[in-house]
Amino acid sequence: MTNLNKQDTIVALSTPQGSSALAVIRLSGENAIAVANKVFKGKNLLKVASHTIHYGFFMDKNEVIDEVMVAVLRAPRTFTTQDTIEISCHGSMYVANKMIEVLLQNGARLAEAGEFTRRAFLFGRIDLSQAEAVADIIAAETQSQHHLAIQQMRGGFSQKIALLRQELIDFTALLELELDFSEEDVAFADRSKLANLVEQIIAEIETLIDSFRYGNVIKKGVPVAIIGAPNVGKSTLLNALLQEEKAIVSDIAGTTRDFIEDHLVIDGVLFRFIDTAGIRETSDTLEVLGIARSWQKLQSAQIVLYLADIEEPFKETAAAVNAIPLQKNQSLIVLLNKSDKMVDCHAYDVEESIATLTGKTTLEISAKTQRNVDKLKKILIDLVLRHSKNTSDVQVSNIRHYEALQKALVALQNVRQHLSENLSNEFMSQDLREALDGLAVISGEISNEDVLDSIFSRFCIGK
Amino acid sequence: MNLNYDVIVVGGGHAGAEAAAAAANMGSKVLLVTMNMQTIGQMSCNPAMGGIAKGQIVREIDALGGYSGIVSDVSMIQFRMLNKSKGPAMWSPRAQNDRMLFAATWRKMLENTPNVDFWQDMVKEILLEKSRVVGVLTNLGIKIGAKAVILTNGTFLNGLIHIGEKNFGGGRMGEAKATGITEQLVALGFESGRMKTGTPPRVDGRSLDYTKMEIQEGDGEIVGFSYKNIPKPSKQHPCYITYTNENVHEMLKTGFEKSPMFSGRIQGLGPRYCPSIEDKIERFAERDRHQLFVEPEGWDTVEIYVNGFSTSLPEDVQFKSLRMVPGFENVKFFRPGYAIEYDFFQPEQLKHNLETKLIENLYFAGQINGTTGYEEAACQGIMAGINAHLKLQEKEPFVLNRSEAYIGVLIDDLINKGTKEPYRMFTSRAEHRILLRQDNADLRLTEKAYNIGLADEERWRKLQQKIKEIERVGEIIQSTSIAPEEANKILAEKDSTLISQKVKLHTLLTRPNIGIQDFQEISAIEYMYKTYWKESVEQAEIMLKYAGYIQKEQEMVRKMEALENIKLNTNFDYSKITSLSAEGREKLNKIQPETIGQAGRISGVSPSDISILLVYMGRV
Repeated sequence: MTNLNKQDTIVALSTPQGSSALAVIRLSGENAIAVANKVFKGKNLLKVASHTIHYGFFMDKNEVIDEVMVAVLRAPRTFTTQDTIEISCHGSMYVANKMIEVLLQNGARLAEAGEFTRRAFLFGRIDLSQAEAVADIIAAETQSQHHLAIQQMRGGFSQKIALLRQELIDFTALLELELDFSEEDVAFADRSKLANLVEQIIAEIETLIDSFRYGNVIKKGVPVAIIGAPNVGKSTLLNALLQEEKAIVSDIAGTTRDFIEDHLVIDGVLFRFIDTAGIRETSDTLEVLGIARSWQKLQSAQIVLYLADIEEPFKETAAAVNAIPLQKNQSLIVLLNKSDKMVDCHAYDVEESIATLTGKTTLEISAKTQRNVDKLKKILIDLVLRHSKNTSDVQVSNIRHYEALQKALVALQNVRQHLSENLSNEFMSQDLREALDGLAVISGEISNEDVLDSIFSRFCIGK
Repeated sequence: MNLNYDVIVVGGGHAGAEAAAAAANMGSKVLLVTMNMQTIGQMSCNPAMGGIAKGQIVREIDALGGYSGIVSDVSMIQFRMLNKSKGPAMWSPRAQNDRMLFAATWRKMLENTPNVDFWQDMVKEILLEKSRVVGVLTNLGIKIGAKAVILTNGTFLNGLIHIGEKNFGGGRMGEAKATGITEQLVALGFESGRMKTGTPPRVDGRSLDYTKMEIQEGDGEIVGFSYKNIPKPSKQHPCYITYTNENVHEMLKTGFEKSPMFSGRIQGLGPRYCPSIEDKIERFAERDRHQLFVEPEGWDTVEIYVNGFSTSLPEDVQFKSLRMVPGFENVKFFRPGYAIEYDFFQPEQLKHNLETKLIENLYFAGQINGTTGYEEAACQGIMAGINAHLKLQEKEPFVLNRSEAYIGVLIDDLINKGTKEPYRMFTSRAEHRILLRQDNADLRLTEKAYNIGLADEERWRKLQQKIKEIERVGEIIQSTSIAPEEANKILAEKDSTLISQKVKLHTLLTRPNIGIQDFQEISAIEYMYKTYWKESVEQAEIMLKYAGYIQKEQEMVRKMEALENIKLNTNFDYSKITSLSAEGREKLNKIQPETIGQAGRISGVSPSDISILLVYMGRV
């Protein structure tokens, strides 16, 4: 066994690398408070109460490095269950790095990637799936991601899996009954009922797998594509949407300007605009009839904004909209731009006509004057929230869970196949075991006892 | 008398007899101590060997060079291969046996085994030097020295028999209980518990009306258990099936007040899969009938075993209710059913070689470990006998993996999970059962047993021949083509899709209901059947027909082996790892697993505990 000395004091920058208003440096370990006390000029941190914050100076010998706030958190009510110090300083990379360097000289060790979380996990503060959720929280940048991660931590996901697993165990029990107790006077299962049950479970797992796709979308941002003929105002619309966000996001250094400008947060939901580089190029030759060709690129969009000039003949616009080959789960919003050129009631008529002809959400808009841009944002956020309700109460957001569900799904599809071929149960059982193993990766444990318990509690067995 | 042995086996049941035979055949000087020389190899419960999962175990014992398969073959009065409609992993040999012939054959075989001595007496104490066993002390006050002792006490340790409100000490009906050993072991720090099992009434076959029952005949072809060529009986005895009814149930209920099961007088744990008839009625009140198997006890006796009617109700209630069963209207009893409680020791106190963790060279096998069944007992006996001998020779323990044998599954389950009720083998306990078939136990185990000096030359030579034949038959099947005019008649009869051009024969074998025997008219196949053993042909066919599933299972075994290869320190204080679940810590400290794989099989150790262990080992 590797050594169990997890008590040494580790230090790391807890906020992202790069300039910001504030940076937080965290220490955890047996000597965390003592180490911090050596470099802190202010109250004696060894004597202050737990969970208190103290103002003072961070010193390198006699030199002041920065003015700081120090939070003292004593074991065990901390993330790692160890003594923990959090130092808030100014967000200059030079300052933060200098401070870490000084802490290292005073007895701390640089934490390995994820080591704080690993300690929390090892000291029983969180379980493995919670640890993964914590990792996701750290990575989460928006409110909705946070909800997803919190939900997972509360065990909603584990419960869903536990329910599926129990159904599967009972199903396996029926098959095992036929194998191990074929000599006994027990009524055997109706195969069509078994097939139905497998179908149900497959459907449940597929929903969860879909929710992963959705959950992933939430984490990475809902992909939105803006399409339409040249000079219809795509670039202007993008700028209009991004306008107020720019000031906030551009503060984050270390990310490219392009990256920032293509992301938009509305009510905590992250939207990501696909292929906007193309939109910005004036030489873009995307034309109405060429949409099908460029569609390939836009397949990954969850929401498609089709932008048209409101002054174009509305029948042609409607025809173009109807020609767009949408995928399942893709939403299309028709935007009729340049409505500032038209009188209100006329713009409204065009909007109505196209909405009727296409059956799509249609909105007259002026990217230039910001007319109805707020309304568009509301439509976008409503679409995402509606989708979230439709998908599942529980969302899979973790790649490991996703892969386990995929494995279970493949195994269950084999079972379905075997049921139709009337294959002997022990071969199905092989796949069922794999399916149960897949679910066990996420929560709980499969042991043969579960299956036998299910048999003994439901059937009268034994001579 | 000789007062010094290599190995003393206490008990002469299925476990003790196999243990004595194995240790002696490997070269140890063995003394078998039993309370009654007349009951060596006694079938205490039903007169049958094998069955689903159990039949596979008997085949494995035989492949290792044990005697149970041979004894079963010699004494069988009926044979059936169960689950024949399912895949070959489920085929399970089962025999009805002549109870007296079975025991007589066992005794004869042991008497013919050099190195086995016998002594009729009760062992009341084991002799120790520090924490090592050095012999036994008997009821007659004789001290017998031994380097190793194997305890196979069955139901005898403080055995308590119940019939209605009566109870009395005994190891079996009419036989005294054994005392002293439990008390001594508990004083030494062992953890003991109580278990319960039961047996049905024995009745007079002359008083039964078989015309009111369903007949159950044996198979036309007797496969048997032993891989040696043991002559099989030329005729077979039928068994019969009848059913209880609601009148029977009502009558049984009149005895519930006096039932030791329901009154709480029985405290031991009984098996859920072998319930008494009163238990079945109580727990499954919705069932209006239960099946009863009417099993003859032998060739030359009228005694009948009423399988399915295990009970400890008062004998008059047993009698009155059984008389309401069709065919039993005039039944005469030989003796009533009864329940028996006995001491056992949680098998988590054993190592993989069945040696106790507390006392060196002391081994436990059979019901003392909380198992039930002759086959389960016998396979522990042979493994304890082998390992007692190997340890004295300072050789590596002989341990079978879960992917190698049901025996491996059984012992691994016992020592890692313990048991809350009498442990019986089921195929579903074996995660790799597709590989653990009754047809290939010799291929799996005989070479291993030969290498440690147990399986004899005859078994070895037969195995080598079989391996060659399987290969040859495989080649013939794979190289033989079949034309539509030869195949389509056969395929049509089987409702299978016809072929339009010549195909390789083995491609047809992958179809569910098509077998190689369907093509016996083809000259290459006819020649094959004439030239090679039937079992070689069958084996080659199974390997081809189920190749996909077998490969998939082997792949899973390889994946599991990765975890089996991560070794753990067996003297580690898991309480230091506070993130382990409380139960996980306690169990890991108790069992001290040798590998991560084993740790994962300990009940109470969760997958997240395993993840944590892996984190500690630097694997995450």
